[in-house]
Amino acid sequence: MRLAEAWRVAFDSLRANRLRSGLTMLGVVIGVAAVVVLVAIGTGAKREVERQVEGLGSNLLIVVPGRVDFGSAPAVSRLSLSDVDAVTRIVGDRSRVAVSVTSGETVRAGTASRFTSVLGVLETTPSVFVRSLSRGAYLTRSDVDTGRRVAVLGSAVARSLFGDRDPIGQQVSIAGVRFRVIGVFAPLGQSLGVNRDDEVHIPVTTAHRLFGTQRIDGIAVKAPDRGQIARLGGRIVDELTSRHPDTEFSAVTQEQILGVLGDILGVLTAVLAAIAGISLLVGGVGVSNIMLVSVHERTREIGLRKAVGARPRDIGVQFLLEAVLLTTLGGATGMALGVGGALLVAAVSPVPAAVTWWSLTLAFGVSAAVGIVFGVVPAQRAGRLDPVEALRSE
Amino acid sequence: MTAPTRSVAAIEAVSVTRVYELDGVAVHALRGVSLSVAVGDFLAIVGPSGSGKSTLMHVMGGLDRATNGRIVIGGRDVAGLRAPEMARLRNETIGFVFQAFHLLPRTSAVDNVALPLVYRGLGAKERRARATEMLERVGLSHRLRHRPSQLSGGEQQRVAIARALVTSPSVLLADEPTGNLDTATGGSVLALLEALNESVGVAVVLVTHDRDVAARAHRQIVMRDGMIVRTTEGPGSAIVESAPSGAPGPSADDGPRRPIPPSERPS
Repeated sequence: MRLAEAWRVAFDSLRANRLRSGLTMLGVVIGVAAVVVLVAIGTGAKREVERQVEGLGSNLLIVVPGRVDFGSAPAVSRLSLSDVDAVTRIVGDRSRVAVSVTSGETVRAGTASRFTSVLGVLETTPSVFVRSLSRGAYLTRSDVDTGRRVAVLGSAVARSLFGDRDPIGQQVSIAGVRFRVIGVFAPLGQSLGVNRDDEVHIPVTTAHRLFGTQRIDGIAVKAPDRGQIARLGGRIVDELTSRHPDTEFSAVTQEQILGVLGDILGVLTAVLAAIAGISLLVGGVGVSNIMLVSVHERTREIGLRKAVGARPRDIGVQFLLEAVLLTTLGGATGMALGVGGALLVAAVSPVPAAVTWWSLTLAFGVSAAVGIVFGVVPAQRAGRLDPVEALRSE
Repeated sequence: MTAPTRSVAAIEAVSVTRVYELDGVAVHALRGVSLSVAVGDFLAIVGPSGSGKSTLMHVMGGLDRATNGRIVIGGRDVAGLRAPEMARLRNETIGFVFQAFHLLPRTSAVDNVALPLVYRGLGAKERRARATEMLERVGLSHRLRHRPSQLSGGEQQRVAIARALVTSPSVLLADEPTGNLDTATGGSVLALLEALNESVGVAVVLVTHDRDVAARAHRQIVMRDGMIVRTTEGPGSAIVESAPSGAPGPSADDGPRRPIPPSERPS
């Protein structure tokens, strides 16, 4: 039998049992769609994280006390402004060094209030990280040096305290102390699970007075170029370790952050794909089941085909193609549905979804493979049927 | 009982036995049957049900294998043939007609007839052309696109006969071809087989337990308990000793649904 003929026979027999074929296909459709959607979500999340980490700025080095490791508790910082000065001397450029000391505080304006992160920072923040203002101006060096009570609000904070009114020049109180608003950040959105619009920047010197502490939580350095990141990190860690012999310090690069997060999300994506793969497997079992039913139901047809000259192989190929056609049609439908589903998820939810070619290829290939694997047993059974017995069956 | 030596036999069975197991019990369906079907022969195998006549037909047609003895189809001993070779042999030399027609449902008459040609690797156009020609020969040129469910019993059997002959086989094996038809329809189907035997020269082996049907054959083989008990030469000779138990009467369930063209002799 010619292959084209075998395809036609397989297609005709699927069409003859539309409802049954459709329901069997549904298992594969759901499986493939699930693989495509879940992998798209996993991939989308990974890309989003990468985008956000890279969006922080370029050639960044984050220096924090303690080891950056999963499972280790955050260390209490012993860094102070004099350490920052030491780091600045190593870097040789004050504008490349940013610091932060953070505390959760309630910010009020009139009757409105909001609990938010208040960061004590240097005026260098915008030159290290990517941050832009929608209104007013950022802190100046003299604000930092003289410990002025001025604040730059995140866009979410500004909106909840002032609504549509212009906050510039208005008074807010942070932990009961009055500050003047000098600037508002442009919205940034979520980054690594933190709402970066929900924060207030004040001079680090003012923050120390306000929080009653001298500590610095972390130092960020923007290296002049990529090649200097590692060397600079080593020198800074050495310097800080010599100043605080009993404390460990870590300098983390964006690549390292991306590496760790990428690994986690990669595992997550694989797990999602595996779960979806199980549903594809279940769909495959359904195909196998229906093919066995189909072979049984068409025993007489098989007997007749053999009587008129079909070889066992011809019969086997016919049923195998039927199974493959069932799963590949289901696979194609599932792919379309999966792409649609991923686009829908990306459109209506904050979860990003990115459809990748490899997930489509994989899902389709797997569905075709499922057809072959789960079609082989029924096909062999059909091919081996004894024609006399087959013709006698009811 | 021995093979006539007019020419090479289309099918030759020599001391054929067939034993199969049914629920652990050995059933001797054939106990040493020798029979030769000559080219252009027209013979009937009669006998009560269970006498082994269908088994003999299956073995002679290469659908089933003999437990012992020799089956030679078209000069080839089938003993050494493997399943694909047997399939090819069936396709090229044997045409089967069954009591239950065994047409593919949801498939047009012309495509049903063309089915054996599919396994010859012929293209669709060629298959259609040959199938159409064959349907014309059996008087169904007006039913090409009809499906089996749209045809009467007699018409369905004609389609089945056309399918059996489309490959130009040397032997047509018909197992109770009139068993599902009323007397008149059955008669016209028989007339068709006779006509084809004469015009095409295909040997016809008719398995039946209807005496009147068997009487139209040139030769009658009477079977009982897996053995040939008698051979009667010449058409019209009646067999008295093996009265069939249940000959199909007018109560046959598959009567004609529309007028059937008279059993004219196809050209």
